[in-house]
This record gives sequence, structure tokens and C-alpha cells, in this order.
Amino acid sequence: MSAPAGSPQRAASARMQPRLGGAAASGAAAGPGPAPRQQNGPAQNQMQIPSGYGVYPQNYSAPSGHCFQGPGKMTSLPLDDQCGDYYSGLYAVPTQNVVTPKTTNQQAGAQQIYGRAPPAPHNVGSTPEYFQGAASSASHLYTSASQPYSSLVNHYSGPAMYSANSSAVSQGFPSTCGHYAVSTVSNAVYPSVSYPSLPAGEPYGQQMFTSQNASTVRPVRDNSFSSQNTALSHPSPLPPPPSQQYHQQQSLSGYSTPSWSASGPPSTQDNLVRNHTGSLTPANNNPTNTVADSLSCPVTQNVQPPKSSPVVSTVVSGASSARLPPTANHLVEPVASVTQPSELLQQKGMQYGEYVNNQASSAPTPLSSTSDDEEEEEEDEEAGIDSSSTTSSASPLPNSYDALEGGGYPDMLSSSASSPAPDPAPEPDPTPAPVPTAPQPSKVAKPFGYGYPTLQPGYQNTAAPLHPGGQPCSPAYSGFQQYTQQYPGMNQLSSSLGGLSLQSSIQPESLRPVNLTQERNILPVTPILAPIPNLNLDLKKLNCSPDSFRCTLTNIPQTQALLTKAKLPLGLLLHPFRDLTQLPVITSNTIVRCRSCRTYINPFVSFIDQRRWKCNLCYRVNDVPEEFMYNPLTRSYGEPHKRPEVQNSTVEFIASSDYMLRPPQPAVYLFVLDVSHNAVEAGYLTILCQSLLENLDKLPGDSRTRIGFVTFDSTIHFYNLQEGLSQPQMLIVSDIDDVFLPTPDSLLVNLHESKELIKDLLNALPNMFTNTRETHSALGPALQAAFKLMSPTGGRVSVFQTQLPSLGAGLLQSREDPNQRSSTKVVQHLGPATDFYKKLALDCSGQQTAVDLFLLSSQYSDLSSLACMSKYSAGCIYYYPSFHSTHNPSQAEKLQKELKRYLTRKIGFEAVMRIRCTKGLSMHTFHGNFFVRSTDLLSLANINPDAGFAVQLSIEESLTDTSLVCFQTALLYTSSKGERRIRVHTLCLPVVSSLADVYAGVDVQAAICLLANMAVDRSISTSLSDARDALVNAVVDSLSAYSSTVSNLQHSVLIAPSSLKLFPLYVLALLKQKAFRTGTSTRLDDRVYAMCQIKCQPLVHLMKMIHPNLYRIDRLIDEGAIHVNDRVVPQPPLQKLSAEKLTREGAFLMDCGCVFYIWVGKSCDNNFIEDVLGCPNFASIPQKMTHLPELDTLSSERTRSFITWLRDCRPLSPVLHVVKDESPAKTEFFQHLIEDRTEAAFSYYEFLLHIQQQICK
Amino acid sequence: MAFTFAAFCYMLSLVLCAALIFFAIWHIIAFDELRTDFKSPIDQCNPVHARERLRNIERICFLLRKPVPLLPLQLVLPEYSIHSLFCIMFLCAQEWLTLGLNAPLLFYHFWRYFHCPADSSELAYDPPVVMNADTLSYCQKEAWCKLAFYLLSFFYYLYCMIYTLVSS
Repeated sequence: MSAPAGSPQRAASARMQPRLGGAAASGAAAGPGPAPRQQNGPAQNQMQIPSGYGVYPQNYSAPSGHCFQGPGKMTSLPLDDQCGDYYSGLYAVPTQNVVTPKTTNQQAGAQQIYGRAPPAPHNVGSTPEYFQGAASSASHLYTSASQPYSSLVNHYSGPAMYSANSSAVSQGFPSTCGHYAVSTVSNAVYPSVSYPSLPAGEPYGQQMFTSQNASTVRPVRDNSFSSQNTALSHPSPLPPPPSQQYHQQQSLSGYSTPSWSASGPPSTQDNLVRNHTGSLTPANNNPTNTVADSLSCPVTQNVQPPKSSPVVSTVVSGASSARLPPTANHLVEPVASVTQPSELLQQKGMQYGEYVNNQASSAPTPLSSTSDDEEEEEEDEEAGIDSSSTTSSASPLPNSYDALEGGGYPDMLSSSASSPAPDPAPEPDPTPAPVPTAPQPSKVAKPFGYGYPTLQPGYQNTAAPLHPGGQPCSPAYSGFQQYTQQYPGMNQLSSSLGGLSLQSSIQPESLRPVNLTQERNILPVTPILAPIPNLNLDLKKLNCSPDSFRCTLTNIPQTQALLTKAKLPLGLLLHPFRDLTQLPVITSNTIVRCRSCRTYINPFVSFIDQRRWKCNLCYRVNDVPEEFMYNPLTRSYGEPHKRPEVQNSTVEFIASSDYMLRPPQPAVYLFVLDVSHNAVEAGYLTILCQSLLENLDKLPGDSRTRIGFVTFDSTIHFYNLQEGLSQPQMLIVSDIDDVFLPTPDSLLVNLHESKELIKDLLNALPNMFTNTRETHSALGPALQAAFKLMSPTGGRVSVFQTQLPSLGAGLLQSREDPNQRSSTKVVQHLGPATDFYKKLALDCSGQQTAVDLFLLSSQYSDLSSLACMSKYSAGCIYYYPSFHSTHNPSQAEKLQKELKRYLTRKIGFEAVMRIRCTKGLSMHTFHGNFFVRSTDLLSLANINPDAGFAVQLSIEESLTDTSLVCFQTALLYTSSKGERRIRVHTLCLPVVSSLADVYAGVDVQAAICLLANMAVDRSISTSLSDARDALVNAVVDSLSAYSSTVSNLQHSVLIAPSSLKLFPLYVLALLKQKAFRTGTSTRLDDRVYAMCQIKCQPLVHLMKMIHPNLYRIDRLIDEGAIHVNDRVVPQPPLQKLSAEKLTREGAFLMDCGCVFYIWVGKSCDNNFIEDVLGCPNFASIPQKMTHLPELDTLSSERTRSFITWLRDCRPLSPVLHVVKDESPAKTEFFQHLIEDRTEAAFSYYEFLLHIQQQICK
Repeated sequence: MAFTFAAFCYMLSLVLCAALIFFAIWHIIAFDELRTDFKSPIDQCNPVHARERLRNIERICFLLRKPVPLLPLQLVLPEYSIHSLFCIMFLCAQEWLTLGLNAPLLFYHFWRYFHCPADSSELAYDPPVVMNADTLSYCQKEAWCKLAFYLLSFFYYLYCMIYTLVSS
């Protein structure tokens, strides 16, 4: 086990060599600060930058005579100091935190009773400059919020004090206080909520208004209540937002409002429907509310706000982004938590502001721990209430379809769906929910957010089955058809279902049998969206975004027997820490959780009455705490169902002090760099130091952020960066068998205090080792040193390695036999050669340290062993084969881009993730990078926004007594600002009892990703060929099970349900993936890296890797283009991945996720080559072209805007390769054409025949 | 009434079987400890607890791990060797029925011992993997089955011992 770093280390034999020959002597004398220590301790060599380095030559090779006896003693003391500092520093934080709000209040004066909710947005609205400032200092602000408010400037201009105050809050304190500014913002109790345009109006007048309206609404609600069976309660205000939103939207953007009236009736209908269904869900009185609103509200809403908007506002959060200015989405900041201090709060704060304020300021105090009684109440076990179904009787499915009757429905859908349309310039990132009420479903569309509204005639036939609902929108919306396309699921249902019942209606769509061998164009021309679970409309809107949380079967089979019969994998795919543009952040003394299973309260719980709620996972009935009864947003009491926790399936809680036994750790970053000859030769140091220098200020963290550097070749070099030194000092430890830390307290230094020294070091580092002749690499000992350095706090270790570790612990031998690279039989050595890295990773994980590996090697480096250091410590792995900074510029560019993202992206420390699911389901086998600490608890030393996870599920008990199952992931982490936060995602899915329904709900992309994960495990534990067989069998089994049970067609043809029609194609793609392919020469490291990626990539990225998108780009047209950020982005149709589509006359773009290829045909139109590539003719296109020139032609503009748009859809900016038809690089391109035959693998058609044969056997 | 070699074998195996039963129970307890980690939900978020927990898992896995020379503490090898000893003794005593009953388990032990995940030197009890619910339940099931088997064989040996003592 890890020795505590403070323990005295046996360092008697430790020998330190002065590295810089001449400098050594003078260094000892000239050491500025710690002169006495220097005598005892290891030699501290002044680094003379840069001139000293020329001198240093061979000195290191000869063991120096300096033998220090007592470094051990020395190390322990400073360490204690360090710990003390650390803790005191940490403790200081909460207190300060408590104080801050007060000061804020004082500044704010009477107006700002909210204290913790500085009115940033409206500040923003009035003064754009402030807006910028606020955004950057308080990263939690969703900056783009300004747009909605901008129109309000006039109204707000009165209380100019606001802006002044808030700017003081967010800007006044430098970086240190950025943190506090943030906390003030986020502590605003439900700041998440962005208030669409709340027109100014005097606070008081408005309040009056509100109360009036509330009174008018209430009777209505009562009516609806009485007309319904009561078991349901939990009214959710869903419907109002759309209309409201829409309404305001229109008034904001000055749109004419004729179509507004349309949304009124539908919602009434909706209401009716729900009344008559009477299912579990929100017995929704609110539609009525909406109607009332819409009737009472004048169209000129920006003048007269609807009183009810406070009621609505909780839900609306998703909406604001829809109207955000496009630029906002380009913010580099991975702003995940969007806390928007509400206008509303500020305006109306006078009354309940007190409350908020009290609450907020009391949060950090110890008192709060008492209030959080539920935490300790494990023992208080009241017998769980019987686990009867959450729904009353009817299954939700029929209900939801009942709800679809009537022609008005599609209209409503389209109107609500297109509500954001009036925005003249939709944001580039399609994620933000265009429908205020349905942020989740709309996020489905993230990568593909914009459908292809007006399909090119040639493709329409293919698309038709998928998007029959594209047309129902009324003429008024014709301009915005693409928005309706975002809801193909809904539209398609609504249009095709009419008044039909479930069975007959769903059959034609996802169950429509497809004859795979006959269907030539199996791939739809539009990107494939995640299927939307067949839930009641309200639940659908509340459900978690498929980008964060996806299940392979959107209809959960009732029993394990049914699941086995379907022969489909059941599992979840998670992307829990995704960069979100909208995230409700909740600060509250009591985080409401179920007493027995600890589930967080979520939108799918049912409220039995006003004071009790029933857990949707274990069915226990819990009390609603007093605090929860009060809804600060509406200032109303007794409406727990309108709290943001119950209105959003993705929320983030600021955890109280109960969730931490030690103070939250600061952000600590350690860089462990290989500086052996090989590394210097590759030249990565320059790139790394350059991007570190550029991003030093953007590293996530607060005033406590610490950073350190360790370099190694055959010895280990530490850098003393203690504040006060004139230059960084290099400390060399050559005893790699027993590594110790020379000066433990000054190796990890405060980023802000020692910034100059750090910059000096980074400037010097690339040149320091230019003449090194050391070829050995002592990675193992360097990692041990890093572990010792990090273990007091935990944090992130970034390891850069360029070759096989050849010295000390953890040394590795080359295991790859190049002759076996294209073997079709056995692929060996996929597992680690030694346990060293695994053990080290487990130790690191125990100390909350994650190790991220950057492997930049030109030869075999045994990634399968090295990767263990990241796998079990929840790190991430980057691999740059044949990296060279000058010879391989595309890899260098890739490193540069990935480093930028890596350094600046959000990070969570000391995280744990727990996944809960409804009683009856159980999880086994997790996939991803983590340590499984308990059967449902993953220990994640670090969590980053690019990490994905997969979980396999089994059905332990029959789910007959419930019609819905829920899954909840709770990720508890320490943000880089030192806050404990809990991000909760909840997914709700229906349970079905018939096999046909199970097939109807298959999410083929999720299934394929889960299968890929399982196949990786299989190939490591048994063999690659076994895994390949298993993949093929998965297709064979599921298709034969389908054809024998569900479809009645004869067995001689290969039939798949429409939902599974891409399954064989994707499996074939997997078989041709680097990870699993055989017969094609694949380097072992490449293969292992592909496996690592499969295990830890989130679904969206993984799908692009498995099945790239191919577009023809030489004839881009504006037809069907979408508008992003004032740019026209053409939307070419997807092409299937086959050379038959590649015409010599064309140019094609292939989007493989992390790389783009542009393939230019031999006889490609010269206009294209000239206008887009900037070359006179085909022959003059350079071999290595990685950028498109910025030419002032229409086609160049179109191409570039399309590529930019693709790039903006992902966190990582991919590298572009232009591939000429006859260049040697074209094999890279052609290996992705998975539908074609290769010498070693089937073509798609052959694969289908093969499957058919297997089925018939 | 004669004290044959067979009778001696049964007597010895009776004693050793008790030891095996102890091992099996120990396994069950160990896995149970791994499975139920519900001290306090808050505690679980605590890094100190995380470390304890990790050590615990490693300790248990270590005890169950394929033995390395010089570390005699592991429980797996003693169990396997005791069981193999039975089989050898019964082979020598020409107790074919008993040997036949034990043979499947013997082969299972051999398979388990020599079949490691590719390249790794560890047995199935691998700290990062053992907490996966299916691995854990497999191990637990295995332990229960063995317990049942050893208990039954205990009584079988008892019967056989008396039988051999009496019959001759």
C-alpha cells in the first residue's frame, strides 16, 4: 500500500547528482531563500536559463560524489508544513464563503436582498462589457443569457445600481474571488432558471399582478384536480412553458403572432387527454393554466409580463438558450453549470429574498449538517410501503397514443417545436433546447440537431419513412421546418398515428420489417437520432437527454426471460459530466433523497399528497421536508412539485458540508515529462510548453490551484518553484530504486504565487535537454515519485511518455512481433505484461489521483501495460503514433489541439458516481476508466467532460408490477473551484411485455456501443477471434430471434425490424475497426488504443469512430441549409461508406470524429479545386494539406462553413487531411469505407449473406 | 474390523475436510464483506473511506490470489493442495467411487489455477474487476457450492470411514 508521503524515507543511499555541472557549485552558494536547508538537503542547482544548459554535458553520467545522508528527515518536516497550509487554506474557504454573501448584500443595498444572486444577466443586458467580464470571471454564468435580456435594458436602466453592484461582485475580486463570485451566483437558489423575457415593470406592480394571476389560475386547477383521480397529484407545469415561451419569443423578436393562437387549443386538448388518461404522470392542471395565460396575456408581452411566468419559470431554463446569440456558444469555456440569477428573483426578491438569503448564507455553516437529517437516517427504517406500481392502472403507452388523437396535435407540436424559430440566427450548437419545456428530447438532437428540412428530391424517398412528420407544420412556420425535424419521433408518431392504437400504429415505423438484402440504401441520408422512449408526453419532455444517458432498449422488457428471448444487450451508456449549456444548479440545505435507497428526488417520483412523495426506485414513501414545500421561484408554499429538482431530470446540487469529511481539495496538476533522447528528438516538449504557457491562466482552478513538474530520463528531475526563488531550481534524484522527494513542500507550488517561475521553467524546458544522450526511460520510478508528491492532496497527473520504459520498476519489454500484425488467427498481448501499473493506479485512485497518459511514440511502447495506469485511476489516454513535431505536422497539430482542450476543459476531483435503478433491475459489469468500489459505486479520482461509461444490466425480478423503470446516476465531485457538487441525471423508460415492443424500442447505436465494450472485455479475457465471433453472433441471434418470433415472413429472407436495420452494418463496421480487425496489418498499440477509446469514449464520439459520416462536398448547395451564426451551413446528405459512391468527378468529406478526410477525385471539377482548395488543378494539390485556404468564393465559403459547423459540434477540433485520389495516404481513407470488400473482410452484402446462412443453419 | 489404509485416508480427509469447510465459509464471508459496503452513504463519499475500502478489497483479493513464493498466507493454494491430496490418497487407496466424486472439482481447481486472464499473473480475484456484480456473484456462488460439496463429502467420508472400519 501507499506509504504516506510524510513518512521518513530511507534515503541514505540516495544520491543526487548535480545536473548542471558548472551551476552546481554556484547554485549552492547562491541559493536565495532556503540556504541552510540546501546544505542538508539535496543539491539544489540553480538553473541558468538558458545559457547554463549549453555547459551541462556529460556531468550527469558520472555519479557525483555528493552523498546526502539526511534528505529523509528533511522531507518529512516540510511536508507537515505543507499539509498544514493545505488544510488551513482549505478551511479558510468556507468561512470566507459565508462572509461573501454578506458583503454582497451590503453592496447591493436594499434592492438586492438576494445577495447571493447578483443580477448578472441583467447587468449583462445593460452593459455588454460587464457581460464579458462576468462571464469570464464567473464561469457558471451562461453568458449568452444576455440576449433575452437585452431587450429589457430600458426597463432595467432605472435601477442602475444593479449593474454596478453585480459588476463589483463578479469582477471586483480578481481571480481569487472569481470563485466567490461564482458561488454567489450559483447560490441563488434556483438560479438555473433563465427567465425568458421578464419585462421589467416595477417590482411591486408586478407582484400585485402575480398574485392576481395566481388567484385566477387556482380555481382552474382545482377544477381539473377534482375531475381527475387524485392519486396522481404532481402537477407539472409543462405545457405552459411552450406557449409562454413561444409567446414571449415572438414578442421579443418582433415576430408577428398569428400562429400564437394555435398553441392554445392544443394544450387544452393535451389537458383533456391527460384527464382522460389519468395515468401516473402529472395530473396536469397546468394546461389550463396555459390557456388562461394565453387568453389573458396581451400579445405585447414584453410590456406586460404574464404574471404566471414565475410559475412557469422553473421549467423554462432550457429555453433561453434557444434564443441566445450565436456567439455565446462559441465560448471556449466549458460552461456546464449555468446558473442564471433570475431576473425574477431580483425583481421580486423583496419578499422571499430573505428566505433565500438566509438559506444560502447558512449553507456552509456547520448548522446545516443538522438539518440534513436524512443523511444519517439509515437506521430509521420504516417499512417500505408496498411496491405497487407507480401508475394507477393503465399502461402509459396506450395513453400516450391516445393523447395523440386529433388533427390539432401535430400543429401544436410543430408550433412548440419551432418556437425558437423566430430567432433569426439560431445558434450553432443545436443542443440548447428549442422547446422550453422539452430541453431533454431536444438534446437528443445534439450532434445532428438540424435535420434536413428540405431534402433533395433524390433522397426524399429514403427519408420519407423516417420523417413523415416533417410537413404538418402550418404554413406560418414553413420557414422553420428544420426545427420540426428535430422531433422526428414525435412528429412521425403524431402524423402517422392519428387515432390508432399502439400496436397497429407503431408497427409501421420502428417495427416495419426491412428486407436487409433487398434494401440497397439502408443508411438514412440524415444523421440517426436516438429513439425517444415511448412515454407519456409529459414524461417525454422531462426525460433525460439521450446525450447524457441512453439505454440500449428504450422499452425495458418485463422479465429476464423476455430479454433473453430478444437476444439483445441491455445496458446504459452514460456521459455524465458532459459540457452542458443549461444546467439547473440548486443550493439548498436539505437535498431531498429517499430514506431507504438514497435516490435524489427527481421528476419521476410521485407525490402522494402535498407532504409525501413516493420514491420511483424503491417505492418507499418519504416525507417532503418543510424547506422543500416552499418554492422560492414562485414564492409559493405547498407546491413541491414545482421545485426545479422535480422539473428537471438533470440537475446539479451544491452539496452541503455533510458531503465532505475533509475540505474539498484544491486543483492540483502535476506534469511528468519524458526528456530522454527519444522525447527530445520527437520535439513534443515545445508544443506542450507552448500550450501550457498559453493556457496557464485558463487552467480550471481557484486561488489554491497548484502545479508541479517532474521530468525523467534515467534519473528523475524535480523542479523547485517555490515563491521567492529567482529561478526555478532543478533537483535530480538518481536513485531510481528508492525514489524520494527532495523538497516535498516546494515541488507543487501555488500557480498564482509562482507564476513567473513557472513561466520561466516552461520557456526553458524545451531547450534544456537538447543535447541529451540519455536513451533510457525510468517511467516507473517517476510515477512512484509523482504518486508520493500527489498523495497528500490528490489531483491530476499528466504523463508524457515516448518509448518503452526501460529502467527501474515497471520496465517493459517489447512484446510485439511485427510479423503477426496482420495475422488472422491469434492476437496476443492485449493484456498488461506487468501488474506494476495497475497497482500504482489503484494506489493513486485511493489517494484521489488520476493519471492521464499521453503516449507519443514512434515504436511499440506496450500501451496495453501502460494504459493500466489510466484505466484504474479514472484517467484518460491519448496516443499519437509516429509523433514528430516537424516530420509529422498533422500529429503535432492534433496534439496541440487536444492539449488545449485537455488543459482548459472542466474537471472534477475526488469524484464518486453511483448508479441506481428501479428495484428489480441490477447492474453488473461496468465499462470505462474507474475503480469499482462497490457493486454500484464507481470511484473516479478525476472526472472530465469527455469521459463516457457503460453499464450492463440484468433483470433480477420481474417488473410486472410497474410500468416505468428509472435509472439515476449521481456524480459527486469537487469542482475546480473547491465546491462539492452533485450532478444527478435521471432517465425514465417504459416497461413492455411483448417481444415486438422490445424490438420496437431498440436504440441501435447504444446497443452497438455496449457490444463494442463487451467485445473489448472479451478479447482481453479470452481472445480476439472469440470477441469477433461474439459480435457476429449478436447479430445472428437477434435477427433470428426477431424473424422467428415477431415477423411472420418466411425465413429465407433476412428480415430486421426498422429499428435494427443498421445493426448488421454497424457490427460489420466494428469488425473492421482497428480494435477488432484481423487480416489487415494493425500495430498492436493502435489496436489497444482503439480498445481503450471504445471503453472510455462517450457514445456520440464512439459512433463516429465506428461508423464515420461521408458527405459529398463538391456540389454543396444552399437548399436545405441551416443558418448558424449568420452563416449558411449547407447540409449535404449522408453517403454510404462505399467506394461506389466515390465518383472521380467529386470531392468527399469523411468525418471520423477525431479526423476529417477530404478525398478529391482524379477528375474532380477544376472549379472546386480552384475555388476551395486554392490550387490551379488536380496535379498541383500538395500531398500533405491540412487546411483549407480562406478563399473569397461561394463554394469555399460553403465548404468552410460546413466544416466549421461540424467542428463546432464536438469538443475536440479534428485535424483535416486532404487526400488525393492517387496519394499513398488514401489507404487511410479507404479503410473507413466499411461497406466495401477488403482482402481480409466481407463486404456489407457478403456479410448479410453470411448472417443469413448462419440464421438458416 | 481392521484399520486399513483406506480407513486411514477417510479419517485424515475427515479432519482436512473440516479445514476446507472453514475455507469455504471464510470465502463466503469475505465476498459478503465485499458486496455489502453500506456503512454510511456519506462515508462512502469520503476519500479516507475510499482508501480503506480499496485496501480492504486488495487485502481480500490478495488472500485469494494465486500465491507468489514466500507469501504463504493465501488461502487458495492450501485449499487446492488439500483437495489434491485427498484425490491422491484415494487414488492410492483405490477408492474409485470417492475419487470419481472428487474428480470434477479437482479438474475445476486445475482449470481455475491455470486459466488466468491473458498475460496477467492474477487469478480471477482481481481488485479492479472483482467488484463487478457478475464476478462477485460468481465467486460467491462458487464458494457456496464448495461449501455444500465439502459438507456433503464430510458426511460421506464419515460414513465411508465407519463402513471400511466395520466391513472388513
